[in-house]
Amino acid sequence: MIDLFKFLKKKDSSKDVAKERLKLVLIHDRSNVSPQFLEMVKSEIIRVIQNYMEIDEETLDIQLTKTNSDDGERIVPALVANIPIKGMKNAGR
Amino acid sequence: MGEVIVITSGKGGVGKTTTTANLGTGIALQGKKVVLIDTDIGLRNLDVVMGLENRIVYDLVDVIEGSCRLKQALIKDKRFDGLFLLPAPQTRDKNSVAPHQMVSLCEELKKEYDYIIVDCPAGIEQGFKNAIAGADRAFVITTPEVSAVRDADRIIGLLEANEIRDPQLIVNRVRADMVKRGDMMSIEDIIDILAIGLIGVVPDDENIIISTNRGEPAVNDNKSTAGQAYRNITKRIIGEEVPFINLNGSDGLLAKMKKLFGIKPA
Repeated sequence: MIDLFKFLKKKDSSKDVAKERLKLVLIHDRSNVSPQFLEMVKSEIIRVIQNYMEIDEETLDIQLTKTNSDDGERIVPALVANIPIKGMKNAGR
Repeated sequence: MGEVIVITSGKGGVGKTTTTANLGTGIALQGKKVVLIDTDIGLRNLDVVMGLENRIVYDLVDVIEGSCRLKQALIKDKRFDGLFLLPAPQTRDKNSVAPHQMVSLCEELKKEYDYIIVDCPAGIEQGFKNAIAGADRAFVITTPEVSAVRDADRIIGLLEANEIRDPQLIVNRVRADMVKRGDMMSIEDIIDILAIGLIGVVPDDENIIISTNRGEPAVNDNKSTAGQAYRNITKRIIGEEVPFINLNGSDGLLAKMKKLFGIKPA
């Protein structure tokens, strides 16, 4: 019965969008992370990884986001880095 | 010994002054002695919302600087026994008051009054620091909008950093019809995000505008739904347990039947 109503309901009600956006923005607000801070983390990571592999600095993406905790019961902040690898350096072999 | 409650929100225009006026009046109607302090220096408004704008002689800064005695600056509301207003100055700088001066003022008032309600200015600068300085307790006001909830979260963090523990939430201007169709965050959604205790839910009610036009707090209007909500919060402040008005737009069958037969929900 309840599921039937859910099915009939519009997919993404605007309040769900609001809640999602808020949760995300509050992770930033609460952790006091500035764009400069993220830039610093980013350049450090690039420096370390470049010792071992060739990476595409242009498309490298690093951001603070959220993910499910290990027990799956909570949503926790996470630092997600997407680093495309072009090739391995000799030191890494 | 009285209790100092600060009404704060971060964002402007969510209902701090209206809430201060209504809770103060409501507490006075319960037979308690109350002082309302407007700390919004340069942008005072609690006086007009209370309908006491024509009776201002001295203000908060006069008291703090010692230009007058505390008693002289307190405006007695003739309509409600035990209700007083300490207005903000309109032509002074907000740095005319320092937090330690607010602490001593609050201590002084606590000796004689049961409740001191401090109307905090918007923002997180000097005015906010002054307003919370002497507070024992804080109410954070928000509306079900992303901007207001975000600012409320920031304020909660700052209150905790200033060792004002367990701030309580008032959600203002809730529209049950919009919550029902999923176009407004529900009370549960907001509590889920802000993770603090709830002290009140105030429905969006045009009577608030009408009563503010007249300078008569809606809490004294039996026909106003917001007034009813403020009466409930008042009772919770003085320690009574009052169930929350259901504004989720998802009334059970029993509540619908009650509505049909004109029985007021608790």
